[in-house]
Amino acid sequence: MITTTTQPAPSQTVSVPLYRLAHSRTGDKGNISNISLIAWDTECYDVLVEHVTDARVADWFDYRQPSRVTRYLIPTLDAMNFVLEGVLDGGVNDALNLDTHGKSLSFHLLDLPVPVSTTLAARLPDVPGDTWSPN
Amino acid sequence: MTAGPLLIGCATGFSGDRTDGALPIVQTLAARGGGALIFETLAERTLALAQLARNANPDSGYEPLLDDLLNPILATCLQHNIRIVSNFGAANPQGAARRIAELARAQGLPMPRIAVIHGDALTRPEQHALLRERLGPAFDQKEVVSATAYLGATEIAAALRAGAEIVVAGRVSDPSLTLGPALAHYGWAEDDWTRLGRATMAGHMLECGTQVTGGYFCVPGLKDVPGIHAAGYPIAEIDADGGFVITKPEGTGGVVDARTVKEQLLYEVHDPARYFTPDVVADISRASVHALAPDRIAVNGITGHARPDELKVNVCHRGGWLAEAEISYAGVQAEARARLAADMVQQRIGNALRIRTDLIGVTSILGDDAGNLLQEQPVGRARDVRLRLAAEHADTRVAERLLREVTALYCCGPAGGGGVRTSLRPRLNMLSCTIPRDAVHSGWTMEDFQ
Repeated sequence: MITTTTQPAPSQTVSVPLYRLAHSRTGDKGNISNISLIAWDTECYDVLVEHVTDARVADWFDYRQPSRVTRYLIPTLDAMNFVLEGVLDGGVNDALNLDTHGKSLSFHLLDLPVPVSTTLAARLPDVPGDTWSPN
Repeated sequence: MTAGPLLIGCATGFSGDRTDGALPIVQTLAARGGGALIFETLAERTLALAQLARNANPDSGYEPLLDDLLNPILATCLQHNIRIVSNFGAANPQGAARRIAELARAQGLPMPRIAVIHGDALTRPEQHALLRERLGPAFDQKEVVSATAYLGATEIAAALRAGAEIVVAGRVSDPSLTLGPALAHYGWAEDDWTRLGRATMAGHMLECGTQVTGGYFCVPGLKDVPGIHAAGYPIAEIDADGGFVITKPEGTGGVVDARTVKEQLLYEVHDPARYFTPDVVADISRASVHALAPDRIAVNGITGHARPDELKVNVCHRGGWLAEAEISYAGVQAEARARLAADMVQQRIGNALRIRTDLIGVTSILGDDAGNLLQEQPVGRARDVRLRLAAEHADTRVAERLLREVTALYCCGPAGGGGVRTSLRPRLNMLSCTIPRDAVHSGWTMEDFQ
C-alpha cells in the first residue's frame, strides 16, 4: 500500500533488560517469595509502573507456577514490591531445590525485557558484553 | 546513656555470620557515650536445631559461637554503658546466661547484671492443646522438636529498665531486639504506634547485619562496593520520635547509601503498609530516604498501626530424609551424558522416589522441582556439567537408594562420569499459626551469678 500522508517520526524504542533500570533483592517466608524492584530514579520508575506489571511478572515466573502475584507500589522510594505465592517448591524446609530460599530469583526478574526510548536507554547503566538477549 | 540519639549497632545477621563485626561498633558507641549492641542469630530453623543440640546435651542449645561473639567486646561494653541484647539464648537462654557469667569471671570483670527472657517455648499441655486446635490433626501426626512463640520488645525493655546490662532471649521477633532498648531509653507508651513502627523498622534495617552496609548488594559494574571484604556492621541512630539514621563505623568497608537502605527496607516485606511484628504493624508505604553525608542515610515517613491481637508460632517437627547426589561430566556430549545418567537413575528407581534433577552449568537454580524447565530446554552442548539429583523420603532406606544408584554410575553409567558426592540428612519441617497473647506466659528474670 502506498500512502502519501507524511507521518511524524515514531519515537524509537529498544528492548533492554530490567537490570539496566532497577536493582532488586529477594526475601522469603515459607513458600512465599518477595522480590523488591528499586528503580535508579523516578524516570526509570515510571517505566516500571507501566511495563513491569503483576501479570507480566506472573508470566515471567510461569514455570514456578505462582498461585498469586501481587505488586505493591512505593512511589516515595521509586520502588515496587512483588509478592509471589507458592513459587518456592514448598519453601526452605520442603523444597528439593539447591536454592531453597529462592535467593537468586531477583536476578531472574532483572532479566525481564522492558521497552524504553532510545533516549532513555542511552543514559542507563549497562554491562558491556553481557550475553542477555530479549528473546 | 546520653541525651543525643540512641545508638544501636548490630553485629550479626544470622547464626553463622562473621564474628568480627562487633568490635568497630563497640569502639564507635564507646566514643559516643554508649548505647546498645545487638546480635541477631535465630533464623526460622535455627531454634529447632538448637533444641536438638540441647536434647543431646542439656548444657548446650544456645548460639555455638557465643564465646567468639562476646569475648572481644564484653569488657568494653560493660565499661562504656553499652547494653548487649540478643536472641543468642536460642533453646537455652539460661545456659547462655551461665556461659556469659563464666566468660566475665574468666576475664576478671565485675559480674554483669544478666537478664533472661522466658516464655517463648510452648511446652505446657494447655498450649499444645491450643496448637492442636489451630493446626488441626497435622499437629498430632508430627514428631515435634520445638514450638515457640515470637515474643516482642516488652520484656526486653522491662529488663533493661530494671538495670540489666545483658539481655538474653530465645525466640523474640528480630526487630524487637532494637525496639526493646529504644522503649527502655525513651519510655514511649506501648501503644505509641508511630514511634514503635519507626523504631521497629530501624530494627528491621539492622537485623541482617551487613545487608544494609553493602553486603548482599554488590554487582560488579552495576553496583560496586568499596572494601566489601571488610564491610562494617550497621549502626542506627534513633531519635526521640523513633526516626532514624543508618550508618556504620568509621574505617570499615562497605557502603551505606540510598540503594542499600532501600533494598534492606523492603527485604522480606510483603504489604509495605502492613509489616507485622508482635509489637506493632509498621507501615513503610510512604517511607523515603535522604542522604545526609557519605554512609549516613536518614529514613523518614514511617508510621505504625495497632499491634496484632495474636502472636505468631512456629512448630518445627522432624521431616523425612533428604538425599542428594552429584556426578560430573566433561567434554563432548557432556550435557547429553549427564541427562542420560539422570534418566537411567529415574528408570531404575521408578516411582519409589520423586527425583529432582539439576544440571549445574546448564540449569540448576531457576528450575522447578517437576523439572519442566529442564525438559523444555533442547539438549545443549555444555561441556562442563555436574548432575545433581535430590529426593526426600520418610524411610531412610528408600532415600538411600538415590545415593547408591548415583554411586553405581561410576561403573554402570555413561562414559566419563566422575566426582560422585552423596549426602543423606534428616530434615526439619515447620508449621505456623498464631495464638492469643494470653496463652503465652512471657516474662524475664535477673539471674544471680554472684
